[in-house]
Amino acid sequence: MMLVLARRILFAALAIAALAAMPARADEAPDAMVKRVSQDVQATIRSDPLIQSGDQARIRDLIEVKLVPNFDFTRMTALAMGRNWRSATPEQQKRLADEFRALLVRTYAGALNQYREQTLEFKPLKMNPGDTEVTVRTQVTKTSGSPVQIDYSMEKLPDGWKAYDVIVAGVSLVTNYRDEFNEQIRNGGIDGLIRTLADRNKGAPAK
Amino acid sequence: MRPRAVRMLPIAAALAAALFLGGCAATRSKVDPLEPMNRAMFEVNDVVDGNIVKPIAELYVEAVPQLVRTGVTNVFNNIDDFFSGINGLLQGKTEKAGNDFGRVLLNTFCVLGLFDVASDLGIERGNEDFGQTFAVWGFPQGPYLFVPLFGPTTVRDGSGVLVRVAVGPVGFIPYVPLRNSIYGLGYVDLRAQALGAGEVVSTGALDRYLFIRNAYLQRRRYLVYDGNPPPAIEELEEQE
Repeated sequence: MMLVLARRILFAALAIAALAAMPARADEAPDAMVKRVSQDVQATIRSDPLIQSGDQARIRDLIEVKLVPNFDFTRMTALAMGRNWRSATPEQQKRLADEFRALLVRTYAGALNQYREQTLEFKPLKMNPGDTEVTVRTQVTKTSGSPVQIDYSMEKLPDGWKAYDVIVAGVSLVTNYRDEFNEQIRNGGIDGLIRTLADRNKGAPAK
Repeated sequence: MRPRAVRMLPIAAALAAALFLGGCAATRSKVDPLEPMNRAMFEVNDVVDGNIVKPIAELYVEAVPQLVRTGVTNVFNNIDDFFSGINGLLQGKTEKAGNDFGRVLLNTFCVLGLFDVASDLGIERGNEDFGQTFAVWGFPQGPYLFVPLFGPTTVRDGSGVLVRVAVGPVGFIPYVPLRNSIYGLGYVDLRAQALGAGEVVSTGALDRYLFIRNAYLQRRRYLVYDGNPPPAIEELEEQE
């Protein structure tokens, strides 16, 4: 059971990978944006032998340039923190969002290469005109194995649609961190959580 | 009759109070009241898995071609699809069950279950199991459990797995060495599929135990609700 689950977690990488960027158009529909970004990332991976050979610096570069601009990391961090978010100072909030972003980039850089041979299908978008929050539902099919559902929670900001959560086979990448964040805050306060995140980003092993 | 009922009252009240207080005190660890024991088991699992199971799975991936490994996975999935169909019926999901039985017929008779032609034709797997059936029937989830060499589960899901093992079909193979070999192959097949994900958890988690627990429980909830779970309480608070 765990093993099946663990395999699903791998798809998280693919999900993050599916959101790469070209200059966003303000009137672009959210599902069109996911499609454009994911095709762009796939094309980049296919055309770059260094990325294919697992060059980590290069992969992180790709993520920073093409993916990161399409996420709202402040909202992601707030979601992962739950009610603790409001008790953090603006300065702490900024550090938390920066460290959480770095952790997610690091985590999914390792698995990005597997994204190359995926096909992405889109389910019909349920959206009313004027909606500023929407879930884009996709299904990723690998050359072998069962397809995996990947949903993106998206919000409309002045500079276009941004993702604030990715739900892989039912597992939210963001709220999955909530208990871990709570535990750190219980033990060492908000600064304790910042420290732990920073340590992990410098390569300290997970508990 | 009446005096007796009256005598019972304080007991009932005490029970209710105990349940209520217990419920309040336990809100945090309600899903995982056995956390200390589970964490110990998690560490045992790390040692055994890291030294024995994972190396075997890695060897399997190195030595056996992808095509063969996919075939092995498909054969086991084909058996699971049959039981997914049974569980679809037990939950009254006839359409899903129909898909599963259709998949089994197609995959078994076309290609002996070695290829998943049904998926290629767009017939989706039902992904039902006994744990989900118990959930739909209203059985409580029970405490979360971490079992070495098996992984995360709950009392309800674990009971489902025991039922699944009991109904077979591998358990009915009379020749014990063959039976055990098939169990072993199924196990290594699953572990091999999870190799990449272990890396992701090791890099991404602050506390791997909690990361895996949450991912497991979210995933099960999603399956029980067939992919459309209602928002969790904490998400509702978020939107207030």
